[in-house]
Amino acid sequence: MTKKFLSGDEAFAEGVRLARPEVISAYPITPQTIVVERLSEMVEDTSLDAEFIHVESEHSALSCAIGASAAGVRTFTATSSQGLLYMAEGLVYASGGRFPIVMMNANRSTALPWNIYGDQRDSLALLDTGWIQAYAENAQEALDLALMSYYIAEHRDVSTPFMVNLDGFILTHTYEEVEVPEQAQADAFLPHYETDNCFDFDNPKNMAFSAGPDTNYLFKYKEHAAMLRAVPVIREAEEKFAAVFGRQYPGLIDTYRTEDAEIILITLGTIAGLAREVADSLRAQGTKAGVVRLRYLRPFPGKELAQAVKSASALAVLEKDISFGAAGTVYTNVTSALQANGVTAPVYNFIGGLGGRNISRADIEAVFAKTASGTQQVNFIGIEVENA
Amino acid sequence: MKPYIREQKQFGLDTIPEDTCFEAGYLVTVNAGWRSIRPVVAADKCIGCGQCYLYCPDGVISLQDGKAVIDYDFCKGCGICEKICRPGAIGMEAERK
Repeated sequence: MTKKFLSGDEAFAEGVRLARPEVISAYPITPQTIVVERLSEMVEDTSLDAEFIHVESEHSALSCAIGASAAGVRTFTATSSQGLLYMAEGLVYASGGRFPIVMMNANRSTALPWNIYGDQRDSLALLDTGWIQAYAENAQEALDLALMSYYIAEHRDVSTPFMVNLDGFILTHTYEEVEVPEQAQADAFLPHYETDNCFDFDNPKNMAFSAGPDTNYLFKYKEHAAMLRAVPVIREAEEKFAAVFGRQYPGLIDTYRTEDAEIILITLGTIAGLAREVADSLRAQGTKAGVVRLRYLRPFPGKELAQAVKSASALAVLEKDISFGAAGTVYTNVTSALQANGVTAPVYNFIGGLGGRNISRADIEAVFAKTASGTQQVNFIGIEVENA
Repeated sequence: MKPYIREQKQFGLDTIPEDTCFEAGYLVTVNAGWRSIRPVVAADKCIGCGQCYLYCPDGVISLQDGKAVIDYDFCKGCGICEKICRPGAIGMEAERK
């Protein structure tokens, strides 16, 4: 194990190197570019023995990864924003074909107005495409998720592609100290990829076939069941990861001072760190505040979340996303799961950070204050208007 | 030579594959289920020129003993063979079930 000073993109590239993918296909897009630049350098200097395919678009990048996965090898791709949206057709081919591709997505706003900065509208718009979705908070978690994502995606009970999301710039481009494991450790954690879901010249198969109305729904049910089976596999991966690397991750959600909390902020990604600081200062002033960071959005941690917030009298969901005409997509998922699990506390939605706009300490203090006093259902941080 | 099409089983949740990868030869639906008219070759008029073989978009026409033969398991009934057949040896007939 060595300590290095790395950005989120660079840390993720180190994690991918340690996972030994045999095929990488990618097209550069800000703020993802650095992860594939580093990986192409690793292939060039032979520290990573992989085929790096430079393609002409994101649609081709994912199509290439699907083809390589169908040939039975571990694959990686990465993208962001418009690139992810351009991949959308391939996303459902990958998940429907049950190809355990790992993708890093640098969360970035979507056009128009054109903007390269971070928000979560790109990946959240594609929540229904059958990919596991995880959201990292820091560079170490990004590197560790690169390794764990392959373990989970390729597990025989799961066989589902995995998207790891890193907040654009805030995580992809900021530097911190990161522990980079030795290859032997990574090999002890992550087995070689073995699958029957691949071409076989000796025993020809139909690959990625069509299925009519009589059987199609059965395949869709199986995708759903496999995603639900990912829940115990995530736990298994984190226990094995802790045994090998000495870092224990908390499962689908990461709770902070929620045990007795009256006001709980639910969020995802890098903003959770500042939210925890605000919770601490509120507690110093006598308000029992807590924070839940959603690490996974698919599979969705409904039961875990309901259990974590049961002491709260009011809840906030803070996200860098809005589904126009409804609410934030994270909010919709959260309220649905809480209602199904018997949580009756009011839940308010706070939309912030769109197009990379900073969410300040004062913004989060205001989120807690409005949640405590009650407010409208959907609130845009920085815009004080009554919604219809 | 392996059979082109295997006998369709009744597939259920326990018998379909976990992924979309399976032993070759099982068609989802024979001729994709949408053929409403089928080409029929009049052997006495067929001169074995092979134009229908060349133009068939599904590759289901072969020449056997100098005459066009159609594989109805894969023919979608598009009628291009009828249009291209200069001797008028191919006619389209309504499918009757």
